[in-house]
Amino acid sequence: MAEKSDAFGQGGVIIAKLDDLINWARLSSMWPMSFGLACCAIEFMSAGATPYDLDRLGIVPRASPRQSDVMIVAGTVTFKMADRVRRLYEQMPEPRYVISMGSCANCGGPYWKHGYHVVKGVDRVIPVDVYVPGCPPRPEALIGGFIKLQEKIRTEKMLAPKKILKLLKKEKTV
Amino acid sequence: MEFQQIYLLLLNTFGDEVILEKIENSTPQGIKVNKDKIFDVCRECNINSNLYFDSLSCLTGIDNGPEEGTMEVVYNLYSIPYGHQLMLKVEVSRDLNKDNYPTVPSVTNIWQTADWHEREVFDLFGLKFDNHPDLRRILMPEDWEGHPLRKDYEDMDKYHGVKVPYDDRENPAV
Repeated sequence: MAEKSDAFGQGGVIIAKLDDLINWARLSSMWPMSFGLACCAIEFMSAGATPYDLDRLGIVPRASPRQSDVMIVAGTVTFKMADRVRRLYEQMPEPRYVISMGSCANCGGPYWKHGYHVVKGVDRVIPVDVYVPGCPPRPEALIGGFIKLQEKIRTEKMLAPKKILKLLKKEKTV
Repeated sequence: MEFQQIYLLLLNTFGDEVILEKIENSTPQGIKVNKDKIFDVCRECNINSNLYFDSLSCLTGIDNGPEEGTMEVVYNLYSIPYGHQLMLKVEVSRDLNKDNYPTVPSVTNIWQTADWHEREVFDLFGLKFDNHPDLRRILMPEDWEGHPLRKDYEDMDKYHGVKVPYDDRENPAV
């Protein structure tokens, strides 16, 4: 990532691309919002506790959406809760990411057919970056989801954000 | 007190126009009661010193479907000092007219427990309770349409802009 140049190498100066530096900072301190909706939240809690220790990846749960970078939708999203989930997402500062954890949040899970109260996938409410399968996923799976999200953040570009490019592309086709 | 004794006691008190029939294949064994007199029967069960049903373990509803054309409310009573149990049941005709729900007298004046149980039955089955202090939905959102545990319940297309049915997962964001 960082390139050492002969001229600068001895003086303790490192030259890097700004993109790389910012991405490195972002992916090394993904602060999730500590909120959970169902049993997946228990796995999220144990992922944060000593045996799995999310802290070592720089993942520290925050108690406010204003201070969070990642929202982990851990559990069944009911229609009653969906309004709140959307509001919490809107309260998070950008850049913000969403991990959909477990079958319920991915697609409705066991409630897909007869769950009159369940949103069939949280992606109908807010955009999702990473889906973690499982019912509930083990802490290893959630950590895997975070690592996938790190990979995604690593490819981001400040001057050419993917969303803007996508929008421009859309306009061209129109 | 044995079930047979309870049955005879209530039959002697109210006569066979109120105490309609025995239901012996259920646990606890039960009695079908005329719906207009359910409050009086419940009060007798509560204050009669030989019965003393001081606890309403459960109050719930049943929808027998549009073909049968009936709905039921089931009361499970328990006497803590005597340790005996009784099930009471009332049957009402099923009315799909929105302004004219089937109505049953509320038993909240006898057991405070009934308050939220009756709200739940109202919420999920669309049965109304006369003289209930606060008959609002308890589980579903205030602006929900329909009563989900009715046999002929159908999902809304959208709730607050979020699609309700599971289909069209290929393009979930739509």
